[in-house]
Amino acid sequence: MTTVRIPTQLRTLTGGVGEVAVEGANVGEVLQGLDAAHPGFGERLFDEQGSLRRFVNVFVDEEDVRFLDGLATPVGAGQTLSIVPAVAGG
Amino acid sequence: MDFVSGLCCRECGRTYPVEALHVCDFCFGPLEVTYDYERIAATTSRQRIESGPRSIWRYADLLPVADAAPVDLGAGFTPLVRADRLAAELGLGELWIKDDTANPTGSFKDRVVSVALTKARQLGFKIAACASTGNLANSVAAHAARAGMDSVVLIPHDLERAKITMTAVYGGRVVAVEGSYDDVNRLCAELTSEQPDWAFVNVNIRTYYSEGSKTLAFEVAEQLGWEAPDHVVVPIGSGSQLTKVAKGFAELARVGLLDRPPNVRVSGAQAEGCAPVATAFAEGTDVIRPVKPDTVAKSLAIGNPADGWYALDTVRSSGGACAAVNDEEILEGIRLLARTEGIFAETAGGVTIATLAKLAAAGVVRPDERVVAMVTGHGLKTVEALAGSVGPTVTIAPTLAAFNEALESGIDLPSTASPRSAA
Repeated sequence: MTTVRIPTQLRTLTGGVGEVAVEGANVGEVLQGLDAAHPGFGERLFDEQGSLRRFVNVFVDEEDVRFLDGLATPVGAGQTLSIVPAVAGG
Repeated sequence: MDFVSGLCCRECGRTYPVEALHVCDFCFGPLEVTYDYERIAATTSRQRIESGPRSIWRYADLLPVADAAPVDLGAGFTPLVRADRLAAELGLGELWIKDDTANPTGSFKDRVVSVALTKARQLGFKIAACASTGNLANSVAAHAARAGMDSVVLIPHDLERAKITMTAVYGGRVVAVEGSYDDVNRLCAELTSEQPDWAFVNVNIRTYYSEGSKTLAFEVAEQLGWEAPDHVVVPIGSGSQLTKVAKGFAELARVGLLDRPPNVRVSGAQAEGCAPVATAFAEGTDVIRPVKPDTVAKSLAIGNPADGWYALDTVRSSGGACAAVNDEEILEGIRLLARTEGIFAETAGGVTIATLAKLAAAGVVRPDERVVAMVTGHGLKTVEALAGSVGPTVTIAPTLAAFNEALESGIDLPSTASPRSAA
C-alpha cells in the first residue's frame, strides 16, 4: 500500500482525512485506486485527455513525478505520494 | 472600503467568497480577485491618486483590501529613472529604470507583502509565513514586526548571507530548509493544509498578495504622465510579477485613467540556469517543463513557476519576447547598470539588464520604443555574487609617493588635469 497525502482542497472527498492508503504499482494506478475508493478524484486530477491537470503536482516521496516517469513512475510499499496544488510561491 | 466583488478561478471560472483561498477546489487553478470596475471608475481619478500617500496605498482603489492604517513600511512610489547613458550603450532611445531597490527592505516584495499582510490581518490571521528565496523573507519578517504579528519564514539553507541576516534581525522564526526553493515551496504548500491559522503570503494569501505587483505598472504610468510605455522588461521567477504588471496597465485603461489605450509589449528575463519559461518560449510550446535551478540569480531560482504558463501567454500575446542569460552576463548586467546609471541591483536586476541588452542587440527591444526595465532588488543583498569581480583599483601605503608610484605604473585613474589648471 502507498500512503497518499491529500491537500485540504480535496479532503471533502475523503471525509476530512489527510492521508489514505491505496494499492497500485505506479502513480497512475494509485491515483485510479484513489478515485475508486473515493469517487471524485479522477475528474479533479485529470483532464479530458487523461493527463494530470496543469495545476496539479504529484510527488513521490520528495520528488516531482515530472522529473521521474510521470504517471508511470513506480511506487512501492512505504512510499508516500503527495498531491499538491501547483499554485504557490514566487 | 474596497471594490472587490469576489474570487474567480482563472481556469474554470468557478467563483469563491473573499477568504484565505488561493486555488480552485475543483481544478486547482489559481484564484483571481475580481473587482467592480464600474464603481472604481466612478470613484477613482488621477487627482484622487495624486493626493494620496507616496506609497502603493495611493492606488488603494485598485487593490484587494482597504484599510485606513495598512501594514505599511512605505513600500512603493520608487523612482522611475531616465537612463540615457545605459540607453546609449545598448543602442536604445528612451529607456527608463524602475528602481525598486529603493523599497523599505530593498526589493519589490514590499509591495506584495504590504497588501498581503493588510489583508491577512483583516481576515483575522496573527501569524505571517512564507516560502522565500530571500527577498520575500526579508519583507515578511519586517512587515510582520511592524504589524506586531509573529512570523515564520522558510528559506533554502544556502541563501546569500545578507538575505538571512536581513530576515533574522526582525526577530521572527527563520526555518532554513535543506533543499531548493522548489522543495521549500512544496513544503509550504503542504503546511498550509496543516497550519490553517498561518497566513502564508504566497500560498493561502497569494490571491491578494500577487495583486500588489500591479502597483509597479500603476506607478510607471503615473510617473510617465499617465501614459503606458511601449515595452517593459520584467524578470521571471514564478511569473506572477510579469502577469500582474500587464494586468496593471490594462486596469488603468479600464477605469479611465489613461487617455490612450495601452499597447505594452511585455518581455521576460530569466537566468539560463533556471529558464523554464524562456525555454518554452524559444521552443514555441505551451508546456512549461520544470527544471532543477543552478544560477547565481537565487531570487529567480524557481524551477517550477506557478504562473509560468500565464507569463508565457502574456509575453506572447503582447508581442514581447523571453530570453535567458548566463551567470557571466548577469554579473556584467549588474556592473553595466551600476557604472552607467549609479544603481546597484541584485542578481535579478542583472538578469533584467543583461536580457534587455540581449533583446536590444537582437532588435526585439527597439530604439523607437519607450522602454521600462524593472530592477527589483538591491545589490547589497547579493554582494557575494560580485566577489572577485569588483574591488579596489589599487591598494597603496598612505603616502603621496605611493600614490604617484601607482599613477606612474599605469593604473586606470582619470586624467590628472583639474578644472582649475585647465582654466
